Amino acid sequence: MTQAAAHTLSEHDSKRLLASVGVPVVEVRLVATPDDAAATARQLAPEGGAVVVKLCGPGVAHKTERGLVRLGLRGDDEVREASHALLAAAQPDDGREGEVGVLVAPMVRGSRELIAGVQRDGQFGPCVMVGVGGVLAEALADVAFRLAPIGRVDAEEMLDELATQALLGPFRGEPPVDRAAVTDVLLALSRLVESNTRVVSADVNPLVVVDGRPVAVDALVEVQA
Amino acid sequence: MTPPTPEQWRALFEPRGVVVAGASSHPGKFGFVAFHNILRHDFPGEVFATNREGGEILGRRALTSIDEIPEGAADLVFVCTPAAANLDLLKACAAKGMRAAFVTSAGYGEAGDEGRAAERELAALARDLGMLLVGPNGQGVVSTPASLCAQIVAPYPPRGRIGIVSQSGNFVSSFQNYAVQTGVGVSRAVSAGNAAAVTVPDFLEYYARDDETAVALAYVEGVSDGRAFFERIRDVGRRKPLVLLKGGLTAGGQRAAASHTGALASDERVFDGMCRQAGATRPETVEEAFEAAATFATQPLPLGPRVAVLTTAGGWGVVTADAVTRAGLELLALPDDLRSAIDTKLPPRWSRNNPVDLAGAETRDTIPEVMQLIASHDAVDAVVYLGLGIQSNQARLLRTGPYYPDHGLERIVAYHERQDERFARAAADISEATGKPILTATELATADPDNVGPRTVRETGRVCYASSNRAVTALAHLWRYARYLQRRGL
Repeated sequence: MTQAAAHTLSEHDSKRLLASVGVPVVEVRLVATPDDAAATARQLAPEGGAVVVKLCGPGVAHKTERGLVRLGLRGDDEVREASHALLAAAQPDDGREGEVGVLVAPMVRGSRELIAGVQRDGQFGPCVMVGVGGVLAEALADVAFRLAPIGRVDAEEMLDELATQALLGPFRGEPPVDRAAVTDVLLALSRLVESNTRVVSADVNPLVVVDGRPVAVDALVEVQA
Repeated sequence: MTPPTPEQWRALFEPRGVVVAGASSHPGKFGFVAFHNILRHDFPGEVFATNREGGEILGRRALTSIDEIPEGAADLVFVCTPAAANLDLLKACAAKGMRAAFVTSAGYGEAGDEGRAAERELAALARDLGMLLVGPNGQGVVSTPASLCAQIVAPYPPRGRIGIVSQSGNFVSSFQNYAVQTGVGVSRAVSAGNAAAVTVPDFLEYYARDDETAVALAYVEGVSDGRAFFERIRDVGRRKPLVLLKGGLTAGGQRAAASHTGALASDERVFDGMCRQAGATRPETVEEAFEAAATFATQPLPLGPRVAVLTTAGGWGVVTADAVTRAGLELLALPDDLRSAIDTKLPPRWSRNNPVDLAGAETRDTIPEVMQLIASHDAVDAVVYLGLGIQSNQARLLRTGPYYPDHGLERIVAYHERQDERFARAAADISEATGKPILTATELATADPDNVGPRTVRETGRVCYASSNRAVTALAHLWRYARYLQRRGL
């Protein structure tokens, strides 16, 4: 399976695919204009709650590094302004990003971030991974791999294997990580890579732990053309 | 590729007779060494030497043709002839009923395109002839139940329960050296060479079913079909412990990938995960690999992670407690009833916790009695015993000094050595009686291997670990495997 023939799905499509196999994802809407974004933000985060807006489109990857994620926005003006800026940054003329829109989602609060994913290893075939996530995921590299398909015991052992166990226990006033819920995510990813031969890789990063339960806040799925 | 038949395996590991093809009278040549090593270790079957010139080797007449060998008198041929001669040789051997060939000859897959073509041809011919082909470019095969030492290297290991296979011939030799050193023996050992026909997983599957083998020990560099390799070693792991030393892993995860998962998927991490999933034990070093295998071969599996440390050497007890925790085992908090029971055996200056440090308060029978109390307690899954041989170390000073045997020295030396012998035997006997691992560690195992303590541990068939952290590392491997089986209901 060559990397060259693969392309990345938009965040919205990636999340829909992951949700379809049972990965819990943050409720998210895709809109086309800054005004629609503001209206959607009011629905998703009533009572003045914060939202996040992100640029969304096929080929839009590494959004954090490129400044294409705006966090903690409150009120119509902030949402409208940020959406406008993101759409302007889409650089439609370079032809790479294709049809773009703005994703609006409620801000999710959790101080712990995991990463989960699948990929196809050249030697061993489809693999499932879990680890400490967020922007430091690659630098920390506290991860565990198994070959797909995995069973529940395998998934549990992957969590046991992580060096940073303190992150999985009670943490800064939050309850311990619901390990069964995380293993459900890993089993769902295993099913995805087993059942869908087009999937080259999938990342859920961060998989934010909210009140102990994991929820996918960002996701990226690579598929065969 | 169809797996080898039981008859082919028997020809390799339990041959009735062996032919050394390309035998030489020159003691520096492989064709001499192989013939010598087979005779030297009293292989009970017939041993034939063949070469083009004939003549005498080690007082035996060399035959000039395979045709001179009686039909059915040999079923294994050990091939030391040049690659160009080997196709005709295999045909002649097959016609005489030989069902296995170990090929040491070089000039095959390791030697360019031409060699690779020759190797494919050799493997195809062996398959057509119904012969098991091991190698080419391998160092040999050892099978202690058959008293077979058909190899071009030393040593011949003591008989035991470790089955070895390696993609590097030198590691077969190294593992066997450790077997000689520790006294923990080997059932079969084989260098897979270029593995043109029979591959490492083939041997592992054989070991999984071999009654002579309790644990498989393998060294691999390349794995050709990763998925099949995984599935096969997982099946092995469900039957017997498998210790898998891997060489040639690339460092880091610095490959170009769109995904974080892809970037993090280094060879090392994926291979490690694959081993854990297959129940394979993955040591970091060569000596750790052997000691893990030797421990699987000689100690019962622990039912849980709770370790008690019994020591007469305070500092060793403390660092061992640290090592237990670091290794993912559990340093048991001493239960009240066990503490009270030990109180009846010792004056109050003992540690009264785990590590159980006797603090010099022990008398003649204390160590075996306390070891028995600890090991038989339900809260204890395994014991690490430290301080063996201290008395005999002093006894050696007394015995080799100018005052011996007068001044009562003869009597005290004999007492010290008798005590250490008792303690070493107690560790083995109590382990056997309780079904729990008891690992004995002392630096005297290497500092003075003749010390009665380590020597007696070897006599009981067990490893005397050269340091407590090595014992703890080995014990942690046993616990991980036991837990793997438990969690899967195996």
